[in-house]
Amino acid sequence: MSVLVYTESENGKFKKNAFEVASYAKAVADQLGTSVTAVAFNAPDGNTLGNYGVGRVLHVSDDRLATFNAQAYAKTLAQACQNEEAQVIIVSSSTNSKFLAPMLAAKLKAGYVPNVVEAPESTSPFKVRRTAFSNKGFAHTEITTAIKIVGVSNNAFGQNENQVETSVESFAPELTDSDFGVQSMEVDKVAGKVTIADAEIVVSGGRGLKGPENWGMIEELADVLGAATACSKPVSDMGWRPHGEHVGQTGKPVAANLYIAIGISGAIQHLAGVSASKTKVVINNDAEAPFFKAADYGIVGDAFEVVPELVEKLKEFKAQNT
Amino acid sequence: MKILVCISNVPDTTSKINFTENDTKFDTTGVQFVINPNDEFGLTRAMWFKEKQGATVHIATVGEAAVEPTMRKALAIGADEGIRVNAVPTDGFFVAAQLANIIKDGGYDLVIAGRESIDYNGGMVPGILATLLDMNFVNTCIGLDIEGDTATAVREIDGGKEKLRTSLPLVIGGQKGLVEESDLRIPNMRGIMMARKKALNVVEPVDALNATKDISFDKPAPKGTVKLVESVDELVDLLHKEAKVI
Ligand SMILES: Cc1cc2nc3c(=O)[nH]c(=O)nc-3n(C[C@H](O)[C@H](O)[C@H](O)COP(=O)(O)OP(=O)(O)OC[C@H]3O[C@@H](n4cnc5c(N)ncnc54)[C@H](O)[C@@H]3O)c2cc1C
Ligand SMILES: Nc1ncnc2c1ncn2[C@@H]1O[C@H](COP(=O)(O)O)[C@@H](O)[C@H]1O
Repeated sequence: MSVLVYTESENGKFKKNAFEVASYAKAVADQLGTSVTAVAFNAPDGNTLGNYGVGRVLHVSDDRLATFNAQAYAKTLAQACQNEEAQVIIVSSSTNSKFLAPMLAAKLKAGYVPNVVEAPESTSPFKVRRTAFSNKGFAHTEITTAIKIVGVSNNAFGQNENQVETSVESFAPELTDSDFGVQSMEVDKVAGKVTIADAEIVVSGGRGLKGPENWGMIEELADVLGAATACSKPVSDMGWRPHGEHVGQTGKPVAANLYIAIGISGAIQHLAGVSASKTKVVINNDAEAPFFKAADYGIVGDAFEVVPELVEKLKEFKAQNT
Repeated sequence: MKILVCISNVPDTTSKINFTENDTKFDTTGVQFVINPNDEFGLTRAMWFKEKQGATVHIATVGEAAVEPTMRKALAIGADEGIRVNAVPTDGFFVAAQLANIIKDGGYDLVIAGRESIDYNGGMVPGILATLLDMNFVNTCIGLDIEGDTATAVREIDGGKEKLRTSLPLVIGGQKGLVEESDLRIPNMRGIMMARKKALNVVEPVDALNATKDISFDKPAPKGTVKLVESVDELVDLLHKEAKVI
């Protein structure tokens, strides 16, 4: 009967979004008068989830699951759901969660709603609010199946500390070779860099920066803020920055606490993908740039003067405040 | 090789979004519909397979007759044949079931769908479809090569990419990166003329589960006016004290 939550980890440690989805699961469990069970792959210290309201942790430790495999992970979660007789499953909005959730939905004949921004509006009928039309609107969506899967939007719900007693059990899924029809060969990921999906702050550069050689100051600004770097579409199309940094309607969605747009005009397709961010700062030398209409704070000025000054000022600020 | 590209018909990326009938319906007044951008990248990759390795390319859309102009555009870009399932695409499960029904007897080796439709952003049709059909599945696919029955795919992951090996039959959820922006094609006159003669078969839907239902919609609260600041000192101060984000 419990609420099941898929808590993601990396290098044996829970990711930040694991605590966010656990907090969300706890809110749903409270609404339903039940408890939260987490499924954790290769993350030995399940107890830390107890701080966010998880009562039981099913710890999956299986060599075949050492690297993420959407099909095998989905099957494991489906089996855990059936064992627990769970009626609600909570996942994050990470690339991996969005990969496995539809497969999990199909296996369980469960309705899945991604990009959910709040705790359910009601649990009977089960109704959630989610973003739609690339952040230009919200939909209030009802899930009509017995099992419901909710994908929580990044940084939307936050982490709520809620200490409960936790027990950790091991869980062994039944998997066959056919579950490994897709195999990972190589992962290419810059170590130690904050990703756009996980970041609370994103610093983004556009065509106004003139060329790839000018990204040093963007990186520096991101560094002082512990932020991820991003860019507008033409910047990645021209090869100034990798495709993975392109944000917007056809790129990665950004739902950060702070989004700083530098030399970006604010085209509708760009705004659609980043407007879910809570605070938006625009630095642009054209006071008429459309982005100013969508921003909270703005500086009309030359990025090549403003950004280095901002970096210096933030360094001072950090030195005083940490 | 036989390829099916699943095409979703979506509002143009510049569309203003409004709702009608007491905020229960998306208002299509004045909205231009286009091939979902993620599907356009997929279709372009399918054309590459057709031209470089030899393939037949079909397209499929679940939708009422109004989606046909978008399908004709895909045919003008070079797809060989179209299949339209005559139903309103009410929910991801329902759409996936309709497409699965076409695919199961169609002999397709590769099904190319998009990471998500830019309208409802469900991102679920390809994954459900692959599972219903018991086919391999790669999502957020940004690279795909096929040799015989073996496929090498690259998918975007948070903060990087992953290379994967799999086999046909395969479903992918594609996106930008699958081909370069500059590879996208605008239909030319000859393509448009030829598309008129290509088969666009209409099939009726099968009964299928609707797992979700959009009850109503709302729009983000209008944004207050921007606070323009003169100096970075002022900005840092506001970000710290007012917005509380640093
Ligand atoms: C189907 C489709 C999908 C799209 N999807 C996306 C998407 O997902 N994401 C996206 O970003 N775009 C997308 N676009 C492209 C979008 O329409 C814009 O072309 C793009 O966002 C513009 O990028 P930009 O702001 O970097 O460049 P520009 O529009 O060229 O703006 C550059 C800005 O920099 C400013 N500037 C110049 N010099 C300086 C300086 N020294 N200091 C400060 N400011 C300066 C200028 O005033 C200008 O406002 C899409 C377009 C289409 C047709
Ligand atoms: N009505 C539809 N007809 C055909 N294909 C669709 C339809 N809806 C979605 N798809 C495919 O599924 C992908 C993901 O869509 P969605 O799950 O709706 O976000 C799209 O990019 C299309 O390839």
